[in-house]
Amino acid sequence: MATESQAARGEGAPSTGAIARPTGDSPWAGAGWFVVAAIVLLVVAPLLLSDFRLNLMAKFLCFAILAVGIAFAWGKGGMLVLGQGIFFGLGGYCVAMFLKLEEAGPGQLPDFMVWSGVEQLPLLWRPFQHAWFALPAAVLLPMGIAALLGALVFRQRVRGAYFAILTQALAAAFVIILVGQQQLTGGTNGLTNITAMFNLDLTNAGNQRGLYVIVACVLGGAFLLVRHLSRSRYGRLLVAVRDSEDRVRFLGYNPTTIKVIAFATSAGLAGLAGAFFVPVVGIISPTMLGIVPSIEMVIWVALGGRASLVGAVIGALVVNWAKTGLSEQFPSGWLYLEGALFIAVVAFAPKGIAGLAELWRKRAGRSEGAPGALPRSPLGRLAGFARARRGGPDRLEKEPTA
Amino acid sequence: MYHEPGYGRPGMAPLRRGPLALAVLVCALAVAGCGAQVKDGGGEGPASGTPGVTADSIKVGILHSLSGTMAISEVSVRDAELLAIEEINRSGGVLGKKIEPVVEDGASDWPTFAEKAQKLISSDNVAATFGGWTSASRKAMLPVFERNKSLLYYPVQYEGLEASPYIFYSGATTNQQIIPGLEYLKEQGKTRVFLLGSDYVFPRTANKEIKAWAKANGMEILGEEYTPLGNTEYSTTINKIKAAKPDAVFNTLNGDSNVAFFKQLKAAAVTPRQLPVLSVSVAEEEVRGIGAAQIAGHPVAWNYYQSTDEPKNAEFVKAYKGKYGADRVTDDPIEAGYVQVQLWAKAVNKAGTTNVEKVKQASKGLTYEAPEGKVTVDGENQHLYKTPRIGVVQPDGLIKEVSTADEPVKPDPYLKTYPWAKGL
Amino acid sequence: MEIFVSQVLAGLGVASVLLLIALGLTFTFGQMNVINMAHGEFIMAGAYTTYVLQGLLGASLVGLSFLISLPVAFMVGGVLGLILERTLIRHLYGRPLDTLLVTWGVGLMLQQLARDVFGAANVQVKTPAWLDGGLTVAGVTMPWNRLFIILLVTAAVVAIWAFVNKLPNGRQMRAVMQNRPLASASGIATGRVDRRTFMIGSGLGGVAGVAITLLGSIGPTLGTSYIIDAFLVVVVGGLGQVRGAVLAAVALGLLNAFVEYASEASIAKALLLVAIVAFLQFRPQGLFVRRTRAVA
Repeated sequence: MATESQAARGEGAPSTGAIARPTGDSPWAGAGWFVVAAIVLLVVAPLLLSDFRLNLMAKFLCFAILAVGIAFAWGKGGMLVLGQGIFFGLGGYCVAMFLKLEEAGPGQLPDFMVWSGVEQLPLLWRPFQHAWFALPAAVLLPMGIAALLGALVFRQRVRGAYFAILTQALAAAFVIILVGQQQLTGGTNGLTNITAMFNLDLTNAGNQRGLYVIVACVLGGAFLLVRHLSRSRYGRLLVAVRDSEDRVRFLGYNPTTIKVIAFATSAGLAGLAGAFFVPVVGIISPTMLGIVPSIEMVIWVALGGRASLVGAVIGALVVNWAKTGLSEQFPSGWLYLEGALFIAVVAFAPKGIAGLAELWRKRAGRSEGAPGALPRSPLGRLAGFARARRGGPDRLEKEPTA
Repeated sequence: MYHEPGYGRPGMAPLRRGPLALAVLVCALAVAGCGAQVKDGGGEGPASGTPGVTADSIKVGILHSLSGTMAISEVSVRDAELLAIEEINRSGGVLGKKIEPVVEDGASDWPTFAEKAQKLISSDNVAATFGGWTSASRKAMLPVFERNKSLLYYPVQYEGLEASPYIFYSGATTNQQIIPGLEYLKEQGKTRVFLLGSDYVFPRTANKEIKAWAKANGMEILGEEYTPLGNTEYSTTINKIKAAKPDAVFNTLNGDSNVAFFKQLKAAAVTPRQLPVLSVSVAEEEVRGIGAAQIAGHPVAWNYYQSTDEPKNAEFVKAYKGKYGADRVTDDPIEAGYVQVQLWAKAVNKAGTTNVEKVKQASKGLTYEAPEGKVTVDGENQHLYKTPRIGVVQPDGLIKEVSTADEPVKPDPYLKTYPWAKGL
Repeated sequence: MEIFVSQVLAGLGVASVLLLIALGLTFTFGQMNVINMAHGEFIMAGAYTTYVLQGLLGASLVGLSFLISLPVAFMVGGVLGLILERTLIRHLYGRPLDTLLVTWGVGLMLQQLARDVFGAANVQVKTPAWLDGGLTVAGVTMPWNRLFIILLVTAAVVAIWAFVNKLPNGRQMRAVMQNRPLASASGIATGRVDRRTFMIGSGLGGVAGVAITLLGSIGPTLGTSYIIDAFLVVVVGGLGQVRGAVLAAVALGLLNAFVEYASEASIAKALLLVAIVAFLQFRPQGLFVRRTRAVA
């Protein structure tokens, strides 16, 4: 029987390699690059992109906010969250309900309720007439639900694949309920035709550009927040829980609390992403929240590099940009390309784009404490790197389930 | 706090080199976007000018789900639309130019439909877009087309209660399909009816209308059951129907679930003689998937069947099979997809321009000799006058008409002309 | 009473389908810890196998082609599984969550492949004449095709039990799964056992596909309708426990039938999922637990 630490390491997170590496960076390391990225996003992109592409970019930046949350829960905390669609949806619906009511005007009903024959504003909708309730709820509601769920689940030490499948089942149930309560939620259609916020016309190109800038800034804020969390004492505890929950417990910490905080944070970020998605795109519907989109969200992060926050951001942008580009170029065959790209990365370069960047740096001779000798050719290096870290085929390990 | 030497800050290492990668990426994206912008620059705004017109062609958009669960139905409609474009191009095109289709995949995801619609309008500057299937995809696209003042042609029967000035509805609305279906059941003496539908907008809205109609026409509704989209287990539903002992079932299940329902109904030894199930979403293509033996004898309501005896139909069926294979079938939404492209082309030729307002003006009262017979565009709500037809599924998989209206029925998406529909 | 009996039968019918689609996973997921999201696509491959064979043998031999489909679909599913194991899965042992993501990508591609080969529309498989209709006892009808699936799944469970407990190959498999290094040291070729186990699990998916053609639609996205249910059965039953899967499937099937009868299909489905989550609160390892001495 494999020990638990082996299993946890096998679980795909960055492992001893990353922890043991003495870095000695100052908290300001990378600040320059952050500024460069900010300039590119805030100045260069709006100058170069057309209104339509910039609006797409704003949507992808929303996804990037969500991806940062996944990278935190999964990469740092080892929890594969396959139900992020729920939290994204909760955030989105909170804001969309507010906007629909705002659009309808006081005392009036949103359009879809009129079609469904609802005559009075349902109780559930009442609080969402107020911005002071709806907007914070978009973040706090997902966090609260995640905290509750996490407290129940993690206390029972449900983890690994069980946790992943559990969140998946919840996403499925959430969508069924959402679709079934048509008079409350708009059913499969979702809430559509959202065109204004605080009396600002969201379809106006200038306002869309303004919204883009806001989303980019929120992404920057979310990134800094999670980066700060990861580097704090709490962040180190989280990684320790990921690598060996029992050792942390034996040291006197409560892993449940540690995991709940990470799970709730990632849920809050998903809610935040949903909240901005609605004004950017103008629709929120159950097709964005089910099992398939939830898995896709994890894929962005896997592709970018699950252990790296920057990787997650890049992954979300690259995958969505590629998806849009590929499906425009090859409307009927793009799934092959997407599937193949994805398989190749997860199977053979588990650290994703961030891992490749790391390899590239090492090849450039700036290696710092490289873990052992690596094969020479980049490809062989990649494969060897994967095998060395994961263990060969004969190191089949059991997921700790107890 | 444990902090052994050698334990650095986790997550720091990737961060340091990460921004480099991010910057590189964003630059790349910006460059890509730059290219996109150059592409976007072409043509004039759709509202005022003549969208889609280039030196030797006119661009139109085709936007259906080519992947995901809805691909089952939508791919064939795309095929029909491409066939119509090919035929028009062969006979000289529109305004002397060839039609150039730009095909996009809506991926069975409603926000994607909205995104791609916007892309077709702003990047490709299309003259019109043909697309959608589910009500949800139409609702998602509607604001995009209204905002950009661009045209959408939507080919599928739907639940009514909509008339956007920038959408042409070439499928049936409620009073051209569901009400004739109910009237047929009543004629047959089936007055105790059970409602079965998938859990989404069309069945729920349709059933609300059915219940209002039933109340005014002495029909009794014995039960109402909704199953999740893509549901595959119907034994309990069938037991419920059996326990309610209705004369007939009015079925608004969506595509895939129909297969499971009819297979399991047949296995439960319920025959169409004992309990006819009238469907409004089962056409020839779905019959193929269900298996003709499973559903033979059950009635359906549409405006067109492959067997419809109209002058233009034989030609259309032959062309479709000739292009896509003898084993393919035509059905109502496929025909509507074909017809809507023809109608658009006719309107553009009549208007002499692709200008949206002029095309809309030219479409008013426009008639076309379609495979389903004569259709006319209603100038007011931009739906079509269509002929309701009730058919019965035959063992060979085709549908035989058993009841046909005398003439095309005026579309009434808000059911304004029906007193029983007041409260809806 | 009549309704009660027919709902029990309906529940058993649902249970047999759940069990059939989950049986393959008790091998690949339960024994090998591989979360194979492409299992749904193996089920789809089995269904298309039935369709192809029916086309080859013609309309007059529907019954025969259906029976032949069972072993052929097992081979088709098995070979697909073998290819998957050799090319991808073997690089991923010990990374169950990565297998989930990779096989999801594989499933995506297989779906598109089916769409390109067989067309996007559903295809038709005729039901053999001897499975038409049902057996009526005291006013309650049980369709023959449901009885056939119950029979098929019973046969499969018995065969698996015999294989795992009686045959040397099966015992080797258990040995490898329980203690790999020790099994390897005892001279068992663990790589070969992995291949075999994965092949059997995938093959069972193919067989399930054949049975599904009696009940549901056959199209490129067939697998997605079943895959989550299948995983839930395995999780509730306890990893690698065939008896757990049997019990879980029966419990879920009956629960589903009765809740749906009392309420609505949508509500029943959502309630069931929530009930499973709640159940795992009390028994996080499922109904049956394999005893180990690992740290809890």
